Amino acid sequence: MNIRQVAALARLELTDEEAERYQGQVEQILHYVEQLNRIDVEGIEPTAHAAALFDVVREDVATGGGLTREEALSNAPAVAQDQFRLPKVIE
Amino acid sequence: MNAAELTITELRSAYAAGDLTPAEVLTTLAAEIDARDPAIGGYLSYDLDQALADAEKVDLSLPLGGVPIAVKDLINVKGHPCSCASKLLHGHYTAPYDATVIRKLREAGAIPFGRTNMDEFAMGSSNENSGIQPCRNPHDLGRIPGGSSGGSAAVVAAHTAIAALGTDTGGSIRQPASHCGIVGLKPTYGRVSRYGLVAFASSLDQCGPMTRTVADAAALLEAMAGPCDRDSTCLDAAVPRYTEEIGKDIRGLRIGLPSEYFAAGLDAAIRTRVEDAVKALESLGAEIVPVSLPNTEHAVATYYIVATAEASSNLARFDGVRYGRRAQADDLIGLYGKTRDEGFGEEVKRRIILGTYVLSSGYYDAYYLRAQKVRTLIRRDFEAAFETVDLLASPVSPVPPFRLGERHSDPLSMYLADIYTISANLAGICGLSIPCGTVPVDGRELPVGLQLLGKPFGEATLLRAAHAYESVRGQ
Repeated sequence: MNIRQVAALARLELTDEEAERYQGQVEQILHYVEQLNRIDVEGIEPTAHAAALFDVVREDVATGGGLTREEALSNAPAVAQDQFRLPKVIE
Repeated sequence: MNAAELTITELRSAYAAGDLTPAEVLTTLAAEIDARDPAIGGYLSYDLDQALADAEKVDLSLPLGGVPIAVKDLINVKGHPCSCASKLLHGHYTAPYDATVIRKLREAGAIPFGRTNMDEFAMGSSNENSGIQPCRNPHDLGRIPGGSSGGSAAVVAAHTAIAALGTDTGGSIRQPASHCGIVGLKPTYGRVSRYGLVAFASSLDQCGPMTRTVADAAALLEAMAGPCDRDSTCLDAAVPRYTEEIGKDIRGLRIGLPSEYFAAGLDAAIRTRVEDAVKALESLGAEIVPVSLPNTEHAVATYYIVATAEASSNLARFDGVRYGRRAQADDLIGLYGKTRDEGFGEEVKRRIILGTYVLSSGYYDAYYLRAQKVRTLIRRDFEAAFETVDLLASPVSPVPPFRLGERHSDPLSMYLADIYTISANLAGICGLSIPCGTVPVDGRELPVGLQLLGKPFGEATLLRAAHAYESVRGQ
């Protein structure tokens, strides 16, 4: 496992000390979970959810049950013009 | 009468008799928390003024009228903090809405009071992963309360709460309930809405009651359960009257003992306590049957792939954009990376890395897809067992609560202790932990829980059997 590559995918900036520690610990766990390779799973359907899937449907009308703009922005670290503010993305 | 020591049933009687008011109970609880919680660390915060304001409007005739409920710090209660015991959110997030469980409990008259400590984002079995403060077992302050709902278990056991809510992804209600000597129930997947819970592993998470008695657990579950139009995995069906199960007999009930749950690694004294409890169930008329769950040995490996994969996806939302603490950076990618590295604790980062890896291109089939297939085998084990028995009985934890710090450097050994609880989440069935005595550890008596597991949506039978046992326990 390339820890830096995986951490980049997860958007985690790790210190060198962290990268080294996690590399060893995660590899130990991966070694343990490799026991699953010994099991014959030929023809077995994967389980994504334990319960039989059902859906909740309703008429397609606005219920007004969501957050107001003010509520949605109430926990934002930075706000500008009633929107979430971020560092510049486009040069 | 110290109001903080009452059960929900006793509190309701005291209200009905006019002996107490909700305001008096809240004030007493706040005083008890101030006096005793600093040594335990079960609470992250509480807001007496807000609870007293809620109490003024409460209808005491409702099923939970005026009952204060402590809430695990990952459940949104409008106007309360909801930090998930993470530095990323602590002091930087106030819930703008009520979770469905909170809405339902309020409709039943309950008052949310106090935010309980936990392992950060519910990742852990000892509460040592709290990013805010350690939590201690009220029966021995040098030992862990269990986790991840360690705070909820500790405050109910310490009589600094009447009852609490926890969540259980791999045992996080049942294991701390066992370690602290209280009742903890994990409902069937889909029984209780997950809307408003900060998600850890969405196919495994369920919210449930943590109480001092089985009757109290039945009362809370009856109010919490039921359909939700904001959670498509929540069953759209009427909720049974769980409280009416209390006092019914269990003659003829078939209870299975999974041989794999009494195998090597189980502490001998815990085994004896659990076997004594099974004998008590038998004396009440239950029929005890040996059963096998042959894929048990693969449950921990399966769980730590499925749960970390889902967690790595769910925790992507904590990026410093819409809520939480934001690290300073010149560009957006740097902002994400720094915010997450500074905000998340060690266990959370370790699990995100593992989960990201097992989902990554080239490894998905080998790890994640294979684990989902083994999950099917584990589910089938339970389906086969429940063709011949109504319930399963087992220990909750193979070991008594350990000392704080004792295992912190070895995550795998910590994961392996979840062996008796995590299969229920993978299979989606219901389960509970009920105190079944104590074991001596270094001169102190520490609680032990009996686990009962039930069929999907079989909470009524689970509660009936647990109450029958509770009523003869210790005789």
